[in-house]
Formats: sequence, C-alpha cells, structure tokens
Amino acid sequence: MSYYKLLKKGIVDENPIFIQLVALCPLLAVTTSAINGISMGLSTAAVMVCASAAISVLRKVIPNEIRIAVFVIIVAGFVTILELLMEAYAPPAINEALGIFIPLIVVNCMVFSRLEAFASKNGVLPSAADALGMGLGFTLGLMTLGVIREFLGNGSVFGFELLADPSAHVLIMLMAPGAFFTLGVIIMVMKFYRAHRAYFRATKGGLSG
Amino acid sequence: MNPFMVLIGAALVNNYVLTQFLGMCPFFGVSNKTETALGMGFAVLFVMTLASAITHPFYHYILVPLNAGYLQTVVFILIIASLVQFVEMFLKKSFRALYASLGIFLPMITTNCAIFGVTLINVKDPHSFTEAVVNSAGAGIGFLLALLLLAGVREKSDNNPDIPEIFKGFPLALFSAGLMSIALMGFQGLIKF
Repeated sequence: MSYYKLLKKGIVDENPIFIQLVALCPLLAVTTSAINGISMGLSTAAVMVCASAAISVLRKVIPNEIRIAVFVIIVAGFVTILELLMEAYAPPAINEALGIFIPLIVVNCMVFSRLEAFASKNGVLPSAADALGMGLGFTLGLMTLGVIREFLGNGSVFGFELLADPSAHVLIMLMAPGAFFTLGVIIMVMKFYRAHRAYFRATKGGLSG
Repeated sequence: MNPFMVLIGAALVNNYVLTQFLGMCPFFGVSNKTETALGMGFAVLFVMTLASAITHPFYHYILVPLNAGYLQTVVFILIIASLVQFVEMFLKKSFRALYASLGIFLPMITTNCAIFGVTLINVKDPHSFTEAVVNSAGAGIGFLLALLLLAGVREKSDNNPDIPEIFKGFPLALFSAGLMSIALMGFQGLIKF
C-alpha cells in the first residue's frame, strides 16, 4: 500500500473517532475548546508514531507470548517522555486542561489496536505512516468536537470571539453532558448519511433532486 | 475528611464516568445487557479498590523517597497488569463461582482507563491511604451505578420500534448518558469540600 493510502486510511476511511468509535475518554473529556482538542490529538499522534516505529523495529525480537506487556512498557516509556516535555515546554493552561489524560494515553485502545494490527507485522516506515494517519484522524475528530463545543458554549472558535453576547452561549455544551450530546448528534448525522448515501450520490449532494 | 463523605463524593458528586469521562470504552461497550453490566461493574469495583490500595503506598513509600515520581506511569500500569493477572489466577483456583461470572471481564480491565486514572488521581491529590482506598471504592460504585443504569435504559430502548433507526444504538446511548450526566449535576453542592 502506498504511503498516501496509509495516511488516507487513518484520516478518512477508518477514522478512529467517526468510523471506529474508539478512544472516547480523551475525546469527550478535553474537547472544551478547539485548541485543547488539537493539543491532545497531536500529543497522542506523536506517541503513536514513536511507539509504532519502535515496535516495528523490535517486532522480530519480541516473543509473541508477552508482546502485550512489551507494548505497554514501550508506550508507557514514550508517554513519560511526552509528560516531561509537556511540563517543561507546553503553555501551563493547556497542560492543566489535558491533565491526567496525557498519562492515560498508555491505556488508549486506539494506540494498542494499531500496534497489534499493523506495527507488529509491517516495516518501520509504513508503520509510522499508519500511526501518523490514525493520529491525524484522531486529531481531526477531537478538533471537530472542540470547534462545535467551543462555538456553542463560549461563542468563539480557536479563541477568536464570534458571538460576544453571553446570553447566546449555551453553557452546558462546555460541561460533561454537552460532550455526550455533541458526539451523539455527529454520529447520528454520519448514520443518516450512510443510510442515504446512494441518494446523495445520485443527486450530487443536492437535496432538491 | 470523613470517609463516608469521600465515598459519596466519588460515587455521586464527582462521578468518574459521567462527569470526568473515565472508563468510556466499557461504559458504552458492555452496556447492552444488565447482566453483563453487573459483572463488569463488580469486576471494576474490586480491581479498582485493590489497585489503589497497592499503588498509593508504593508511590509514597518507594517512588517518592527514591525521587522517582516521574516513573509513576510505567510503574502503575505494570502493577495493575500484574494485579489483574494475579486476581484472575486466584479466582480461578479458589472461587470458581465468582470466576465464572467475573472471569471474562478481567482481561479487559488491564487497559481500563478508569482504574489507571483513579490511581493517578489518588496520588495527585493529597489523599491519605484510607481516603485513597475509600475514594477508589466510591469511584467503583459510581462506575457500577452508571453502567447499570445505562444498560437498563439501553435494554428497553433498543427493542422499542417507535425509535427511528438512525437514533438506535450508539447515538441513543450517548444521549441517555448526557441526560444521566445532567441528572447527576443535581448532586453538586451536596458536599462542601
């Protein structure tokens, strides 16, 4: 498979958020603003690329019986590096918002599914490309949720004020229930699109046909 | 702080599932049936309490004196993984009936972010040993409660022919969880921290 296809697979065809519905904890917890969502997504993507490349290099050395334990330790090592880097260089506000969800990358099922399904069977560069695609797909999902919630709850997008009037802000979108509702609506729209895909294609997306 | 207050606080006021989003995968993954939800809930409650009882002293009496607090991620995940393996073997040998009902959920628990997250929160916040254990027991009870309630709702709603097809399954589970989360907000202010 070409690298382009590997990237597209993670971002579009098998998007971890919209298609596979994995890694929901960070998705729902940190998407109170678009910036938080992107930071979380890129951090996870960085860990995924490093871990996938490392495990791909070691794939012939790791005994099959204890591979899960080895995966866990390698991922935990990269997560610890990321944690220390974030503490040193990331803006304190972002570091605080992501909180324990940075160490929780260790138990992210999306990271493991890529290691198990792809990196333990393929070469270094394809594994890194696969991890990068999935990581970017994850970032895209987090950003979408972050933009929607930040706009509805705070009237801004990426920190730029669009709706200054506080009476137009729906505060609950920034709280826990808003995350559930936003994802619910997104998945409903996806289901609707998939159920009527043939119709959308036939009319080229126009609703009047 | 009064241990009872910590318990109520962790189970209801700051429910780790519905207000802090820990343990989402099993929350939506095994909430199709009340029976499996009950099994998973008890398995999490059991392992969560035990995991905190081990990681909390380990962090404060071994990692902190050695100045190795940054190793907590690696160490905790190893402790939880081996603990789960050990509990599984112990139950298989000594409590066959319990193993039959909880056994299949145990391997899934190793990568349950609720357990790992609660152990991390317990050492991040200044909890004493008792508070940490009671806090994780409360978190486990809160998880059990939320999972069981959602399973009850989903069992009824998934077989209801009046619900439109695109609502069914995951979207409906998410909306139910959102409404439950709003309901739990009513407990806010129950305890003055």
